[in-house]
Amino acid sequence: MNEDVVIKTDKLTKRFGNFIATNEISFEVYAGEIFGFLGANGAGKTTAIKMLCGLLAPSSGQATIAGYDIYRQTEKIKQNIGYMSQKFSLYEDLTVMENIRFFGGIYGLKARELREKSIELVETLGLESESNKLVGSIPLGWKQKLAFSVAIIHQPKIVFLDEPTGGVDPITRRQFWDMIYRAADRGITIFVTTHYMDEAEYCNRISIMVDGSIRALDTPYKLKQQFAAQSMDEVFFELARGGKKAE
Amino acid sequence: MEDVMIHNLVKTYNKQTVKAVNDVSLTVRKGELFGLIGPDGAGKSSIFRILTTLMLPDSGLASVCGLDIRKDYKKIRRIAGYMPGKFSLYQDLTVEENLHFFAAVFLTTVRENYDLVKDIYEQIEPFKTRRAGDLSGGMKQKLALCCALIHRPTILFLDEPTTGVDAVSRKEFWEMLKRLKEQGITIMVSTPYMDEAKLCDRIGLLQAGSIMSVDSPDQIIRNYPHRLFAVKAEGMSRLQQVLRQSMIIKSCYSFGDYHHVTLQEETLKTIDGSELTERLTNVLKQSGFIDVEVKSITPGIEDCFIDLMKQS
Amino acid sequence: MKQFKAFVQKEFLHVFRDPKTLLMLFGVPVMLILLFGFALTNELKNSKIVICDFAHDEASRDITERLSAGGIFIVGQTISDYTKIEETFKAGNIKLAILFPAGLYDNLMHQHKAQVRIIADASDPNSAATLTGYATNIIMEYQRDLLKEAEMPMQIIPEIRMLYNPELKGATNFVPGVMALVLMLICVLMTSVSIVREKELGTMDILLASPVNPFLVIISKAIPYLFLSIINLIAILLLSTTLLDMPIRGSILLLLGESILLIITALSLGLLISNVVQSQQAAMLTSMMGMLVPTMLFTGFLFPIENMPVALQVISNIVPAKWYYTIVKAIMIKGLGIAAIWKETMVLAGMTILLLLISFKKFKRRLE
Repeated sequence: MNEDVVIKTDKLTKRFGNFIATNEISFEVYAGEIFGFLGANGAGKTTAIKMLCGLLAPSSGQATIAGYDIYRQTEKIKQNIGYMSQKFSLYEDLTVMENIRFFGGIYGLKARELREKSIELVETLGLESESNKLVGSIPLGWKQKLAFSVAIIHQPKIVFLDEPTGGVDPITRRQFWDMIYRAADRGITIFVTTHYMDEAEYCNRISIMVDGSIRALDTPYKLKQQFAAQSMDEVFFELARGGKKAE
Repeated sequence: MEDVMIHNLVKTYNKQTVKAVNDVSLTVRKGELFGLIGPDGAGKSSIFRILTTLMLPDSGLASVCGLDIRKDYKKIRRIAGYMPGKFSLYQDLTVEENLHFFAAVFLTTVRENYDLVKDIYEQIEPFKTRRAGDLSGGMKQKLALCCALIHRPTILFLDEPTTGVDAVSRKEFWEMLKRLKEQGITIMVSTPYMDEAKLCDRIGLLQAGSIMSVDSPDQIIRNYPHRLFAVKAEGMSRLQQVLRQSMIIKSCYSFGDYHHVTLQEETLKTIDGSELTERLTNVLKQSGFIDVEVKSITPGIEDCFIDLMKQS
Repeated sequence: MKQFKAFVQKEFLHVFRDPKTLLMLFGVPVMLILLFGFALTNELKNSKIVICDFAHDEASRDITERLSAGGIFIVGQTISDYTKIEETFKAGNIKLAILFPAGLYDNLMHQHKAQVRIIADASDPNSAATLTGYATNIIMEYQRDLLKEAEMPMQIIPEIRMLYNPELKGATNFVPGVMALVLMLICVLMTSVSIVREKELGTMDILLASPVNPFLVIISKAIPYLFLSIINLIAILLLSTTLLDMPIRGSILLLLGESILLIITALSLGLLISNVVQSQQAAMLTSMMGMLVPTMLFTGFLFPIENMPVALQVISNIVPAKWYYTIVKAIMIKGLGIAAIWKETMVLAGMTILLLLISFKKFKRRLE
């Protein structure tokens, strides 16, 4: 694995009034790594991701994303990342092709490049016969796969995936992870959140957030050893339950 | 005695172009905890909306506690509790105000049925003056459950109560359901999480509008037609590629830190079952894998679901 | 009944938990009243006028002096070419032209009768009305003073011609217009948005799946907005009577009754809109475009209906606010009773019943 650091945070903190959503989180993510970002609801994951994507200014602390400063170079950051969430990913009232062209366009792909890419993308996904259908009318599984492909159409350094597989059927869910692996092989760093604990196992390293802080960060194997647990499920439960009690 | 009877139910949308529910038949027995398991778009919500009399089916029959969903919809609305898929309480009202409002909607009071919701309500009571919109995901679910229970329903319809909720809150939620079941309430619940299936008495596996199987989780697992192996080695991604290309392998899917593998029929015929794990281990070691682990396992519901999906 | 109480209580909580909307509910009417009221008074000072004097006699000079003395008018120039008046108006820098015919004083003295023509730019009808009023007063004053000197009765007949807007709409017309606008807007917008919000939130699913009669849900929505609208109405009336010297010559009770009728019309319209749209944005847009624009255009308080093409005049009849506007004017300004406005009231009531019938018929006991 390439040891280049693409995400580095140092005591990154976000306060909303008296409430500390993200409390001094420090971690590093390496190039080409699949990094699982786990935590219970309300643990501060979404806030952290928003800061890392340059959408939300931190209250204190430092961070660099793809080598760019999180305070001053948010525009640069946005050019070098991709983002996909379960809630918003594609325009349902545009066709598959129109969505690809639109997102390729906003990331500044040249017309020829875009044309080639969009044909290639539709072929890889096996969506040739659907390419002129409205995205709203294709099944959820395909939608999510398409959304992921679109999020990395501009070859970003990092792609942020916020619960990309929620509600997807078990076969498509695994096909989705195959795509994640292929993207990681091409050198794209994957930063992913999920509620499926088996998916935590597919990550190279994972962090678990509880009440705004990162309580554990390591490979799935070492985390299981550390907590003497059989599965990631148990590790997560052990950590997150402590958080619930403090609430 | 059946509390829910569905017979050849069909529901289409968009002028019959989208088949949401395709000829579904199933029954839920009195006092049972029944799970409808399937991904988004499988038709779970449509079935719930038909049973709660919010929608009429295109064709087919359905009844709740012996009451017809078409004719007796007013009676069903009195005895059923319903928790829709997305959080459906008033965000700008407090916890307490929401509960009292829904009690009044069902012509009862919180005090009258407090014993039923007590266990759950006590967990959110410290926040009773907080607005529902400011609650955390898990607490919202608890409040929604309280509101669905406040009129002491005979049957409870819970549409994806645990979706988007973290693993800890999910576990707590299922424990609450177990206690409610003990009080004699029939519960029909839907979920996209396959691991929750084993917590139900009986389940229906739903995919693309059709029921693939209805039975107890144990029986569905017993009906799994293949021998299943869990395989692990250093370099899981490459391992999967190798396994998928192998002639003797029928299917290979990742399950957490293992790959679940089934073998081709011919392979199974030629080799004695006890030798299989050994054979597989050796094959993989020859391909250059280290730390190879192969074991024969009982399948989970997710294995069954994948298998049934491929059959149809 | 207990259900109903719980619903009404809940609706009030929604309203009071949303201070921004509440502020808008009360802020907008006050703003409109102040805007119309003060836009009116500010322009009246130092209005430029032109004198077209063919008389050149004692009378014309005296009146011109009196006109420039009051502080209201500035006599810019005196011209002696009748045809230039229009030009000066088009140049846009005068509000009024006063034309003294040749032999004004002579006519006054010997025939006891004379005409002075006042020409106003009525494209801004409010200032035109006020300014011609002032000018007429000044001429009348001169006449009275003259009367004291001479023994014989004499009369100047000011002949007023309104350019561009001959059917003059005066300042007092704005208040009834704003009342109609505010009531329509608040009631239609608020009811439709709050019902659609329940659809969006998913709470409508729970309510439909409960034994509640769906009509109860709807009717309870109307109560808080009815209440708020009445408060709003009282605020508008107070403001306009104290600040804008708006009279209420007729019965206040009748006025309130007619207003409640319009509120119910608006509520049923809101209900109808909520039946056909699915999102809050769509509800808001439909209410704004469907209510605000027709109310402004077809009520007659901004643009005179009489000047519109016949087709539009016919269309204006289906705008409830138009009927309400006529009613309010009759009560407030003319001081008339129910006998004079029963026809308009019947039209409004008929509309309400029709709208309620349609929306109850379209109301769904299930989801789509």
